[in-house]
Amino acid sequence: MRAAAISPARFLPALFGLFCLFCAVAVVEGLLRAGLLNRFIVPLPTEVAGSFGRLFGEEHLLARFLTTVQETFYAMAILALIGVPVGTLLYQVPVLRKATETWISALASAPIVLMYPLFLVIFGRSAATIIVMGVIAGLPPLILKTIEGLSGTRQSLINVGRSFRLTRAQMLTKIMLPAALPTIFVGLRLGLIFALINIVGVEFLINFGGLGQLINDLAERYDMPGMYATIVFVILVSVLFFFVTERLERWLRRMA
Amino acid sequence: MSQASGSGTPMSDRKHVLSADNVSKKFDTAEGPVVAVDNISFDVRPGEFLSVIGPSGCGKSTLFNIIGGLTPDHDGTVTVGNEVVRGPHPSIGMVFQEESTFPWRTVIDNVCFPLEIAHVPKAERLDKARHFINLVGLNGFENRHPSELSGGMRQRVAIARTLVSQPKILLMDEPFAALDEQTRLLLGDKVLQIQQELKQTTLLITHNITEAVQLSDRILVMTYRPGKLKRMVDIDLPRPRTSDVVSSPAFGAYVARIWGDLREEASRGMQDSERAR
Repeated sequence: MRAAAISPARFLPALFGLFCLFCAVAVVEGLLRAGLLNRFIVPLPTEVAGSFGRLFGEEHLLARFLTTVQETFYAMAILALIGVPVGTLLYQVPVLRKATETWISALASAPIVLMYPLFLVIFGRSAATIIVMGVIAGLPPLILKTIEGLSGTRQSLINVGRSFRLTRAQMLTKIMLPAALPTIFVGLRLGLIFALINIVGVEFLINFGGLGQLINDLAERYDMPGMYATIVFVILVSVLFFFVTERLERWLRRMA
Repeated sequence: MSQASGSGTPMSDRKHVLSADNVSKKFDTAEGPVVAVDNISFDVRPGEFLSVIGPSGCGKSTLFNIIGGLTPDHDGTVTVGNEVVRGPHPSIGMVFQEESTFPWRTVIDNVCFPLEIAHVPKAERLDKARHFINLVGLNGFENRHPSELSGGMRQRVAIARTLVSQPKILLMDEPFAALDEQTRLLLGDKVLQIQQELKQTTLLITHNITEAVQLSDRILVMTYRPGKLKRMVDIDLPRPRTSDVVSSPAFGAYVARIWGDLREEASRGMQDSERAR
């Protein structure tokens, strides 16, 4: 069993994925060098990779990253504090759920980033605008997944709770929420990604804050390798957040 | 040995720990009303092991839910001692057919669950939980999660979790239905051992004849739809009992007799489901 767990075959999908990514980058590099793609619009991937050192040194990428992480962290905390209770409330009040579920689903696919002028007027050119935009973008998937998770609680588990005469609050906290936790975390992860996209997007649009502002600055200076490198960095941050929430989910499930 | 009992019992009769009196349940379906349970009455005596057996679709699980207080809108009454069951009753502990352990809790945390709800101090609940984990033969697995256990072990966790609250009546709905025959026999031994050790009054819902004969003092045979009491059979096999009893001629005779009662009902059920296709 143990030998099978550390078998190289376990890493094969990840290695194959990396190989495919490497091949795609190599193809782009080849097309650019052959002159089939415009190097003024798409920089060479090797130049993009080479600009990372400069970004950390001259453009303070780490400090920008920490600013974005901080904004995302606040957005995520607010998301969890609002999204899970709202999802739970909508689950428990069917009339409210039926009245709002379609609207929330529609909101999940709406280009919420376009609402930024409204919040710019309310909160000014500040981190508050960015965080609120992140929260609004992340709420719909979290609310919908909370409802889905609670609705999907196995009847046998609910019956166990009923047989032990649990109160409504106990049923919710001791059985339904722990049972729904994996689905809620899918919502939280989706919400986090939506929030991050919007946070970086609004940082870009209002030229304030962390990585989004850096992308804006680099674009205005026409520093294409630096700009693409920052975009790659944002993608890596997104992957990191996804990984962290996955670990958090496992930890919370153990604690529940 | 208990006697056959086909009629209702006055609520004041203290010889019975549980009584069902003219219990009926009708469901409204798209094809019209279906009577799932029709006028069933029986009593369970303290320390007795009573099984309810019948073909699939005869209303056994409906009866289980009614007795457990999970289906309040029915006709007739179920009483525990002198109290009418109107919802889940503290004297009735239920074990379900479906997987019902909490996957996010370890074995010991699963078993501690009812004690946690009852605000039993931590040290006491851990002691009690360990006792019942030991009783169902799962010592050494306290810190495992259900996903690390076999189906039979998970059902034993569910039984321990129910027993730890020390119910007067253990009510089980086909708890071994998803298990293979050998595991089922061995778990039957375990249930017999627990029942004999705790003198636990037990009501088992099952469709398995050998399981019912192996475990029971009496067997209530139900008809296929509408589910009525067809016969109450006293099982006069010696106790303490183990799965070895299945090789005795008397065991075979009981199985044959109950199958004789059930064959016609099961055929009706099969014809019904074939017609439905």
